[in-house]
Amino acid sequence: MTEPATDPATRAPDRDISEALCQQVANAYQSRAPLRIKGGDTRAFYGRPVEGITLDMAEHSGIITYDPVELVVTVRAGTRLEALEAALKEQHQMLPFEPPRFGQASTIGGAVATGLSGPRRPWAGAARDFVLGSHVITQQGKLLRFGGEVMKNVAGYDISRLMTGAQGTLGVLADISFKVLPLPAATDSLRLDDIGIDDALKTLSTLGREPLPITGAAWHQNALFLRLEGGQSSVKATRERLGGETLADDFWTQLRDHQHDFFTLKSGQALWRASLPPHTAPLDIDVDEADSFYDWAGSQRWIKTRDGEALRRACQQAGGHATCFTPAAMGGTDSPFTPLDPVVEKYHKRLKAELDTHGIFNPGRLYAGL
Amino acid sequence: MNILYDARLDGELIDRDKREVLDALEHAAPTLTLLSREEDLRPFECDGLAAYRVLPMLVALPENLEQVEALLKCCFELGVPVVTRGAGTGLSGGALPLEQGVLLVMSRFNKIIDVDPDARLARVQPGVRNLAISEAAAPFGLYYAPDPSSQIACSIGGNVAENAGGVHCLKYGLTVHNVLRVDVLTIEGEHMTLGSEAFDAPGFDLLALINGSEGMLGVVTEITVKLLPKPTVAKVLMASFDDVEKAGRAVGDIIAAGIVPGGLEMMDKLAIQAAEDFVRAGYPLDAEAILLCELDGVEADVDDDCETVRRVLERAGATDIQQAKDEAERAKFWAGRKNAFPAVGRMSPDYYCMDGTIPRKELPRVLKGIAALSEESGLRVANVFHAGDGNMHPLILFDANKEGELELAEDVGGKILELCVAAGGSITGEHGVGREKINQMCSQFQADEITVFHAVKAAFDDKRLLNPGKNIPTLARCAEFGAMHVHNNDLPHPELPRF
Repeated sequence: MTEPATDPATRAPDRDISEALCQQVANAYQSRAPLRIKGGDTRAFYGRPVEGITLDMAEHSGIITYDPVELVVTVRAGTRLEALEAALKEQHQMLPFEPPRFGQASTIGGAVATGLSGPRRPWAGAARDFVLGSHVITQQGKLLRFGGEVMKNVAGYDISRLMTGAQGTLGVLADISFKVLPLPAATDSLRLDDIGIDDALKTLSTLGREPLPITGAAWHQNALFLRLEGGQSSVKATRERLGGETLADDFWTQLRDHQHDFFTLKSGQALWRASLPPHTAPLDIDVDEADSFYDWAGSQRWIKTRDGEALRRACQQAGGHATCFTPAAMGGTDSPFTPLDPVVEKYHKRLKAELDTHGIFNPGRLYAGL
Repeated sequence: MNILYDARLDGELIDRDKREVLDALEHAAPTLTLLSREEDLRPFECDGLAAYRVLPMLVALPENLEQVEALLKCCFELGVPVVTRGAGTGLSGGALPLEQGVLLVMSRFNKIIDVDPDARLARVQPGVRNLAISEAAAPFGLYYAPDPSSQIACSIGGNVAENAGGVHCLKYGLTVHNVLRVDVLTIEGEHMTLGSEAFDAPGFDLLALINGSEGMLGVVTEITVKLLPKPTVAKVLMASFDDVEKAGRAVGDIIAAGIVPGGLEMMDKLAIQAAEDFVRAGYPLDAEAILLCELDGVEADVDDDCETVRRVLERAGATDIQQAKDEAERAKFWAGRKNAFPAVGRMSPDYYCMDGTIPRKELPRVLKGIAALSEESGLRVANVFHAGDGNMHPLILFDANKEGELELAEDVGGKILELCVAAGGSITGEHGVGREKINQMCSQFQADEITVFHAVKAAFDDKRLLNPGKNIPTLARCAEFGAMHVHNNDLPHPELPRF
């Protein structure tokens, strides 16, 4: 037997268990018994805990179709991110939104359900921007197709993007089609030292107005970290212009997956994620500078604090929002996500009532009663 | 099947007396401009799909939010349908009025509220023209990326409603990828902000849902768009082919070489001739197809990419490859493509533009199918194609003054869309379903899927007052449409009554 060229451990087993999954959902609908949808279970910490019978998606794995020339891949939700990204890399392609992995078992379904995106997000787009279509298991246990495998498709409502980030509260993502992109021809990362946050934000704002190949910009403890990706010529020229120390490439995966030392919490602290309009000045909150890590050119800030409420108020004042990323670290919280405006909440509840009448899909995962 | 609103198939509408509605609206919003005389209503009887015309009961031209809110609350109370319209350039009849309804025209909401070069975003009202945003951003070296061909005239509110595209979608995305935030009024007159100036917002992604929802879920009253730095250079290559299939394969080869062009367009022989006659773009009249490939970015990268693309095109069998020498020639190359629709319009009294999308690899097969339909019907079809992202615009040439030709053109159009669906594609890439493709929705989606769409609609507008009869067909309509397309004696939706 000849071994495949890549490590077999990173290949996704080809298993379609959609029929069994549909049956389990239909049963849950019949008996009005809530389901806890689980892939690799590496993101269970995120959001509110769900009580229910486990709907195990991990077995539902494999790449269904992948045509590099079409720039489209369709993959079952339980496929491990590691396996999917390895398959794309073989063809010199990638998921441009850099989904974070919080463990080897992290699946693509979990990545889309949580809708989280990595350091490239401000330049390339978010998870939802690359979702072209999906098969969704509805409350009655039917496997339905929305969107498709083409780049442009405006027929019907965009159910696939609605499901992205909804954390399984509106339906079960069975498989997902993505737009993929070629890996950049060249990449280089650099570190500029002794630069305060105000200067860093000013620099990023100035650079941001030019068509430079920047695809990562972070700041922590007076160092500005930049990633350049693009054509050989522009990456080289930009690097020469910006100078700085060469930064190891794995800096960005460590930041993406929270493996960087910064993400170690002190007792009583929780990790918060502040999402802010570009070019927001440092927030007026009582947090040690060492406990803040700026990503997304300042639009996404990781903050370790014991006083999340003050942070949340400051973010809302600045036109953004704050999420308690590790609720367990502060003994749990009723609202890890910023509470919704009453009108927006009303339409969330109506959508939930329409698509999940008996509240069987991850009830309460995002908000109480949703 | 009549394409105009059919209460039997599209659902009953409340028939209010015009005077009663006018009085109620004048009372609810005393300063609101309302048009009610036939001669004033006439200019609003159709959008860019001029084959379908209906006089609305009333036209409202609000100038401020309070007026829109009062109008919506009043219509909600009375059960009067509301069709929202922007610049009226839509090609699918999405803003086609209803006899029993109010046409809410947002064109007076035309202010650019703010351009913020540091945050690289612009806040605009829905009636602002697409191109005006890029013009306002230009002094800062920024622009708004989506560029539908109608960008001189079309408004950003309509772009959101249709999730408009353009020739640069493959690299820069559709409207949904470039809008950060929208303010919406619900049919009940409530204010809602979806999205955020930050890159995300808590809760469901209702911003993604509202993009492309064709005015069925709410009325967009303000939009915040993302601005991008203008690429330093853009260069365009034009390649000629003696065979359409070869040109189609070359498109895939360019992508396979790891290049994502800013624009990648294809035209067939009839479209080339039409464009050349009209604007003298310098297109080769003997070619069966041409490809226009635009590469943009930083000069050094663009030069490298041009070299790579040139080699790919040579290998793919291009008979001639020209690179625009300068900005003037680049503009000339594009002028032919951008004027392809009016150019075809000169060749024929009428034309009907389709908007199907397909996986690129299906291009040769679908083009063959289109050629067969053209031959069978006797109607000429010119093909213009956003080749990079698989979005086809076959233009069916006909003469509406000839008995039965409009119906024949519609029939050919419908069959082309069904070809696209069968090839794994979609009935619409960027023009929207509107009224035009309401029947073809039944080919692309099953009854259960359409039921989910109705559930989403019900969450926002359970009285079905926003743009009824557009975008999502009723199951009764699909049953009727299906009855005309019975395959192997399998009657779709046997549970539904037939009309």
